[in-house]
Amino acid sequence: MTATLTQTWWMTHRQLKALVRQAAYVVITLVQPVVWLLLFGSLFRRIVELPGFGTGSYLDYLVPGVVVMNAVSSNMWTGMGVLEDIERGITNRFLITPVSRGAIMSASVITAGISTALQSVIIVLLGWAAGAHYPGGVGGVTMLVITSVLLGTVFSAMSNAVGMTLRQRETIIGLSVFLLLPLTFLSSAFMAPTLMPGWMRDVATLNPVNWALDAARGALSASPDWAAAFGYAGLLLGLAVLMVWLSTRTFRGYQKAV
Amino acid sequence: MIADTELAVAAYDLVKTYPDGITALDGLTVEVRAGEVFGLLGPNGAGKSTAIKILTTLARPDSGRAVVNGHDVLRHPDRVRRGIGVVAQRSGADPLATGRDNLMLQGRLYGMGGSRLEQRVAELLDRFGLAEAADRAVRTYSGGMQRRLDVALGLVHRPHVLFLDEPTTGLDPETRAELWAEIGRLAHKGLTILLTTHYLEEADRLADRIALVDLGTVVASGTPDRLKDQLRGDAVHVELRSALTEATVPAVQGVIADLAGIREISVDGRRVSARADDGAAAVPAVLAALDRAGVPVAAVTVARPSLDDVYLRHVGRRFAEAEADAGTNAATLTMTGGSR
Repeated sequence: MTATLTQTWWMTHRQLKALVRQAAYVVITLVQPVVWLLLFGSLFRRIVELPGFGTGSYLDYLVPGVVVMNAVSSNMWTGMGVLEDIERGITNRFLITPVSRGAIMSASVITAGISTALQSVIIVLLGWAAGAHYPGGVGGVTMLVITSVLLGTVFSAMSNAVGMTLRQRETIIGLSVFLLLPLTFLSSAFMAPTLMPGWMRDVATLNPVNWALDAARGALSASPDWAAAFGYAGLLLGLAVLMVWLSTRTFRGYQKAV
Repeated sequence: MIADTELAVAAYDLVKTYPDGITALDGLTVEVRAGEVFGLLGPNGAGKSTAIKILTTLARPDSGRAVVNGHDVLRHPDRVRRGIGVVAQRSGADPLATGRDNLMLQGRLYGMGGSRLEQRVAELLDRFGLAEAADRAVRTYSGGMQRRLDVALGLVHRPHVLFLDEPTTGLDPETRAELWAEIGRLAHKGLTILLTTHYLEEADRLADRIALVDLGTVVASGTPDRLKDQLRGDAVHVELRSALTEATVPAVQGVIADLAGIREISVDGRRVSARADDGAAAVPAVLAALDRAGVPVAAVTVARPSLDDVYLRHVGRRFAEAEADAGTNAATLTMTGGSR
């Protein structure tokens, strides 16, 4: 067990070094959420005037939506790194050493999580600079960051599994295009659930993106609903663990085809 | 069969078929003694790389058994992994990391650390002429430097058996010679080396014993000298001015076969090959026979037996042709990113 933890640390260390070398990339990926935040925020500013929306500032409402959407979209690309390592022969070299398969997958997921946490904090700060308020304070923001990381883990592990089994860039791109917008719009990211069509509200209850938003918004409100927040965060944690376990299993299939 | 304790690598009846239906190994059996350099020689697509992948625990065979350093590759892959070093066909170094980072991480995956690892890495960087480039990203390395780093990566944890899969493919002659010298030094220190190659010269030069591999199975094995001695006699190669038509092939074979002391005649396009006890003495008779048959000759060569002749004898075609046949397959394999 200690060996696996040590190995996970060194494998993560390698990826973090690569991430630091590509720091510019982390910043560039923030352009899209900033566009959503500023343009979408301005365009739909008056949407909160609709009866029943339930909040006074759309920007306040939008920030968690953009944080969560960014977590989904950026983590969907994690499989590309897995694919690059396979194509460069790096994965094969690792698999021949005694390193645990779990450590190889975890390193990629942990790195993605650290990157997600950083991006989420930056978006929260940008939102704050643009005039958003977070009544739930530090506790609420922390819950937002944690749920975005958990949600991101679900998708990075899924992306890794797809990269490992299908080994095609197109599939990863296709999956990202196919899932991102439906998952985002079938959640409370941009629109209050009370104003959604009934069937969308029903679908949203099964959508992990919505779980993350319910957890974060519950914690960010002036009178935080911690029970609901931890409940949804727990669901996300369970799903994340399941996805990471599944992605580690894909090594078996890879071994058959290699 | 050799006693199990003397064997560093033993593989019996390995079979491996890929999901796309290609049979890479079709009952391959190999025994490598501790401390020797063993060469798996065969054209691209013969199944050499697949054999290495199975022996190094990367791939699983459909059937068959393999033992490395006394450990079964299927039952105790982890024990096998601790005792082997591998240099794959394609570099497995991380191009974005430095040479030193690559080596340090490799050592850590084997549980090494601290100043012991730092010293080992410095020693390897020095020995492979990478000390100056140690802290540069590997993507800036030349092909030869990358290859040397690959070998260093395989040696960090001081393995008992080193697997080299096509170690010098794509290298310039000078770098190849350097690597050959290094492999020679490693062998001298008692390391067991299993190398695959599609260069006859490489197998001839480096390997104590070789196994000829074709279509996923071993067709002949032994020391290079013994394999060549089995051929008994010189090779006589005649190059014709034009290729024979199918109708004339039997006639030409016939006139040469009638000559005394000449055997194993094969016709291959413009090339007629035969084996003779005394090559030089046989040339005038062969030329006269061909002249009588009305077949114009462009060139004649007489050669002591080479591994290529051994290959021709056992596989029924020349090594270069087998390579060319495999080439078309290899091209499609490369497209899908596979390397077998």
